[in-house]
Amino acid sequence: MNPTARYFRNIGKGFSTVLVGMKVTMRHLFTPAVTIQYPDARMSIPERGRNRLYVNMDDCIGCDQCAMACPVDCITIETAKSLSTEDLGVTSTGQKKRLWVTQFDIDFGKCCYCGLCVPPCPTECIYMTSVFEFSDYDRKNLIYSFITLTPGEVAQKVKQAQQAEREAAAKKAAASAAAAAQKAAQAAQKPAPTPEEATQKPAASTAQQSTSSDSPGKQEDKKMESREAKPGQEPTSSAGDNPHESKTD
Amino acid sequence: MHNFITYYLGAGFLASLISSVLPIVFVLGYALVAMYLELKVSAHMQDRLGPMRTGKWHGWAQPLADVVKLLQKEDTIPTAADKLLYILAPLLVFMGSYAAYAAIPFSPAYIGADINLGIFYIIAVSAIVVLGILMAGWSSDNKWSLLGAMRTAAQLVSYEIPSSLAVLAVIMVAGSLNLNDVCAAQTGWFWNWFIFGKFPFLFITFVIYFIASLAETNRSPFDIPEAESELVAGYHTEYSGMRFAFFYLAEYANMFTVAAVAAVLFFGGWNSPFGTFMSGPIWGAFWLITKGMVLVFIQMWLRWTLPRFRVDQLMYLSWKILTPFALADLVAVGLWTVLR
Repeated sequence: MNPTARYFRNIGKGFSTVLVGMKVTMRHLFTPAVTIQYPDARMSIPERGRNRLYVNMDDCIGCDQCAMACPVDCITIETAKSLSTEDLGVTSTGQKKRLWVTQFDIDFGKCCYCGLCVPPCPTECIYMTSVFEFSDYDRKNLIYSFITLTPGEVAQKVKQAQQAEREAAAKKAAASAAAAAQKAAQAAQKPAPTPEEATQKPAASTAQQSTSSDSPGKQEDKKMESREAKPGQEPTSSAGDNPHESKTD
Repeated sequence: MHNFITYYLGAGFLASLISSVLPIVFVLGYALVAMYLELKVSAHMQDRLGPMRTGKWHGWAQPLADVVKLLQKEDTIPTAADKLLYILAPLLVFMGSYAAYAAIPFSPAYIGADINLGIFYIIAVSAIVVLGILMAGWSSDNKWSLLGAMRTAAQLVSYEIPSSLAVLAVIMVAGSLNLNDVCAAQTGWFWNWFIFGKFPFLFITFVIYFIASLAETNRSPFDIPEAESELVAGYHTEYSGMRFAFFYLAEYANMFTVAAVAAVLFFGGWNSPFGTFMSGPIWGAFWLITKGMVLVFIQMWLRWTLPRFRVDQLMYLSWKILTPFALADLVAVGLWTVLR
């Protein structure tokens, strides 16, 4: 193309493309805006959107599976064993509740909204809601407590569980001491195997309290605890065994 | 018909005062409307909503809030700035834009100064703006400001040539530099407007004038003097508060000046498009302002359509396209006028 023709062609092209652009912007001037006025109008949250967690404590059996699944350790659960005389009822999925949940805190300052805690829950009591506006001025306010017990009740439940544990341990120690004595009486010459038996008592009581501590070294304890708490799995491996006893072995 | 102010008040000091203050009342009101329009037009062209909260109904009070904010802001002057020039620059820029309003015939019964050099005066006085911008850029002691000011000077000087040539073509047809007379020459129905005169030469003239006037007001796509993505804010980078407001006001005042001049030269100014229907002193003001606002809207429309020119493209457009076309157009219109 010779330069003169190109010159005029460019001018023509320039004008026509500007008109095309103006047509586009004019069309958009009259198309409805895609933005919305947020606090007044809201977009619907996707059905599987991951926002703030909620725990339905009526169904929680305190199994600690969600806390273990959590990659950032933002869930803190502590439980106390119920007495044999107490009836905690059943969950909506039909499982019997055996533990008082004395602490169930989720720190949303840490939570990464991965949703990994949701599938492990045996009673489906922890789930994502569509609430996403919960910013706060203080980081402490982002620690949400879900327990339904009052602080007084919590103290009472912990105390009674510890007491029951102590009594059980004392009974056991007495029983094993009696058995040992019997054995000793039978074997006459053999010295009593006291050192092993003596350690059993304090070990059992600490295991009860450290259910939900976050340090990875206690992971083993947690697993044991959860297995104990999960009714479906209970009778499989250590049928009839006292889990605390098996731990010390 | 004559100036209603001098008709009622005589030619004394009071009449001059009112005559000179009246346009600023208009400019302030118009600037608020134009700011709001700009916000809304830009928003809707980008499928957004724009301001919706201020003043409840579609954010109508947003420009008022902006103005109040600007007035409250701290007025900073850089320590290394040339204080006198720094303080003087925004005043000079606004003065240059505002002075042009003296010769704009708002209505057959009102023109600030009914001088027989009207359009020449407007072109001359608008050139002061370049000086003010250069002063602002130089005195700020800031590289962005200086670069922006240099670009403005280059741009404004280049584009004054095609715009003046375009104006000249109309003046040849109208036979007068007085804008009131130019309006009067287009009386009647809208087909008497100069944009349809000497078809298609005056239409091409209008396109040339409109493009050049966009460049003269530093509006996008010719906003390289303030190109925010490369020069922060160009010549007014260091300005804040009231002084910045002056630059802002001057830009909007300038937009209307060029739009009003285009309306007068090509769209019949204060003439009604429908002969004597809806014509008269008050309707005259209505028509001029309406035509001006439509052209201001087209300026905004272009701003949100086109990306910014590069400096060499800007110069190419001015010197290699607009100027030769304006010259050829001038010759054609001149021959047509003479050989009529």
